[in-house]
Amino acid sequence: MLKIENLHVQLEEEDKTILKGVDLEVKRGQVHAIMGPNGSGKSTLSYVLAGREGYEVTQGTATLDGADLLGIEPEERAALGLFLAFQYPVEIPGVGNMTFLRTALNAQRKARGEEEINAADFLRVVREKAKSLDIDAEMLKRPINVGFSGGEKKRNEILQMAVLEPKMCILDETDSGLDVDAMKLVADGVNALRAKDRAFLVITHYQRLLDHIRPDVVHIMADGRIVQTGGPELALEVERNGYADILKAVA
Amino acid sequence: MAVPAQKFDLAAEILTALPAPAGEAGWASAARGAAAKRFAAMGAPHRRDEYWKYTDPARLLASQAPVAARISTDETPTFAESEQLRLVFVDGVFDPERSDALALEGCEIQPLAEALRTDIHWARDIFGVLEARSQDAVHRPLAALNTAHATEGFAIRVTGRVKKPVSFIYERRSDAADAFLHHVIRLEAGADLTVIEAGPAASRLSSVMEIDIADGAGFHHVRTQGRDHERLAYTAMFSRLGEKSTFKSFTLTANGRLTRNEQIVEFAGAEAVAHVAGACLGDGDFHHDDTVFITHGAPDCESRQVYKKVLRNGAVGVFQGKILVHSIAQRTDGYQISQGLLLDEDSQFLTKPELEIYADDVKCSHGATCGAVDEEALFYLTSRGVPRGEATDLLVLAFVDEAVAEIEDEELAADVRDQLAGWVARHRT
Ligand SMILES: Nc1ncnc2c1ncn2[C@@H]1O[C@H](COP(=O)(O)OP(=O)(O)OP(=O)(O)O)[C@@H](O)[C@H]1O
Ligand SMILES: [Mg+2]
Repeated sequence: MLKIENLHVQLEEEDKTILKGVDLEVKRGQVHAIMGPNGSGKSTLSYVLAGREGYEVTQGTATLDGADLLGIEPEERAALGLFLAFQYPVEIPGVGNMTFLRTALNAQRKARGEEEINAADFLRVVREKAKSLDIDAEMLKRPINVGFSGGEKKRNEILQMAVLEPKMCILDETDSGLDVDAMKLVADGVNALRAKDRAFLVITHYQRLLDHIRPDVVHIMADGRIVQTGGPELALEVERNGYADILKAVA
Repeated sequence: MAVPAQKFDLAAEILTALPAPAGEAGWASAARGAAAKRFAAMGAPHRRDEYWKYTDPARLLASQAPVAARISTDETPTFAESEQLRLVFVDGVFDPERSDALALEGCEIQPLAEALRTDIHWARDIFGVLEARSQDAVHRPLAALNTAHATEGFAIRVTGRVKKPVSFIYERRSDAADAFLHHVIRLEAGADLTVIEAGPAASRLSSVMEIDIADGAGFHHVRTQGRDHERLAYTAMFSRLGEKSTFKSFTLTANGRLTRNEQIVEFAGAEAVAHVAGACLGDGDFHHDDTVFITHGAPDCESRQVYKKVLRNGAVGVFQGKILVHSIAQRTDGYQISQGLLLDEDSQFLTKPELEIYADDVKCSHGATCGAVDEEALFYLTSRGVPRGEATDLLVLAFVDEAVAEIEDEELAADVRDQLAGWVARHRT
């Protein structure tokens, strides 16, 4: 589904290379996890895939179901089914959560040639999904993420994902800042979305999340590359021994 | 220098072209005469005057009103859906045929020209009086000229809490016409009135509103200045607030080659509240100036100024906002924010906040910012599938909403938000 080959990325503003040849393939129905030390390039990879400005791809490709991702606008990537849950969700004063989410959903539907959802159906869908994530309906009347706690912002990301039903979901440290119960809710939310034609790429520092969302494949990223790939046991090893041994072995 | 002589020559020339109306009551003629004298003594405003540094008044003073194409749309005019007393003006002239009868519970309404022919003492205490009072601090020659000449408008005395708004609907029929409007409004103690204004009025408008608000009374004002591109407008609102009274005014300006909106607020009694706000949207040949002067002359009053300007394709926004706090005005709470959102690098936002404070126990804050659309927010929205144009619209509407939120009446606010959304969608990149 998602195929990344030899991806090299540098910053536009300064002469600094961050991704130095990333290769990664996530197949339909799979859950992959990426772990790795701070600053290794995990968020950068997610941003480049989602189309954030400020990065220059100097080599390599990234495709979603064969369609080139890197040459198109962020909204076009979203319409193709790509979703990024941000490590730091943005607060947008003055733009209502519901207005935004409905605009996003209908724009995606329109781009795919589908019919727009009506206000009543939309409200019903959001209410139902918000409830399962324990998000107060009152909160959704507020502007996007404004006045939300760290954990509420993360849950709001998952709510948006649940409503938009993307096929390729990238979660950047959605678990950080969550209490134990919220982590369980988020994991349940993700698991509820697991389907044979949907895939996940979960960036995390902790094994805990992976106890709830069982990954098929675990990658270790270091200094802009995937340096090791394995099964769920790789995450356990990181949890026990840190990155030192792994990095030594590949050095 | 040549400038001063030129100012006075031009003032004299204009006064000759715009004589005072005949047949008015003695007090009215006296007020006209005094205003003409003020105008002659101040001279016509000039680019080199400190108060006109950012806005060139030349086009407001030209001998001919400009040709300004009229926008023809089939959409319902702003606020048309709300319950209201409709008073229609065509090219700045009241059209009784198309207006409601001048009867409204809690209110006496009279055309200005009629009021100035009779001996109405309440109008005598306001007409040209609030305007003249303000001239000590800063010269406002265009307002004095308006007092000297304007015959159209209404004199409204409010004695009760009026249930529906008085609505001035300004239509245009002529492509090139001058309109001089002058409204005089008196709110007796505890009275309450909402005034709506909608439309461009004429290809060139001069409008003055004098509002005297007695103790415990409330005045609400919501205005949209139409969508015609080439029109010019000078407006000034003079308000005087008694104890525990309220004054709230919001203006939406979309389009218009030149607009100068002045707000002159005077706190004469303690514990009064004045909020003035404006949102403007300009694309291309657009110059919009909000000039505010708030005098705190009594203790424990609250003033709030919220101005937002969205500018693109070379549009220019100006904000001059002054808070003057006299030594008697202890515990003044003054807030001012002026912000420009520039949708490209060709546009300009010029802002000049001024605080002059003689009391020691006051809380005054002001903020002025000018910037582009937030790229972080834009990426967040687009990454969820909202196309860049629509995402920008959402952010633009969010930006102006702090000003719109100053409108208390939810129905009127919703109407303004619709207007804003329509403009933004029509002007998408
Ligand atoms: N816009 C930028 N300007 C300067 N440096 C940047 C920028 N974006 C990323 N970097 C640098 O690139 C490197 C990779 O950053 P990135 O955020 O991708 O790491 P990460 O793996 O997500 O780290 P963490 O686990 O702490 O979230 C870091 O050294 C970071 O400082
Ligand atoms: Mg990161």
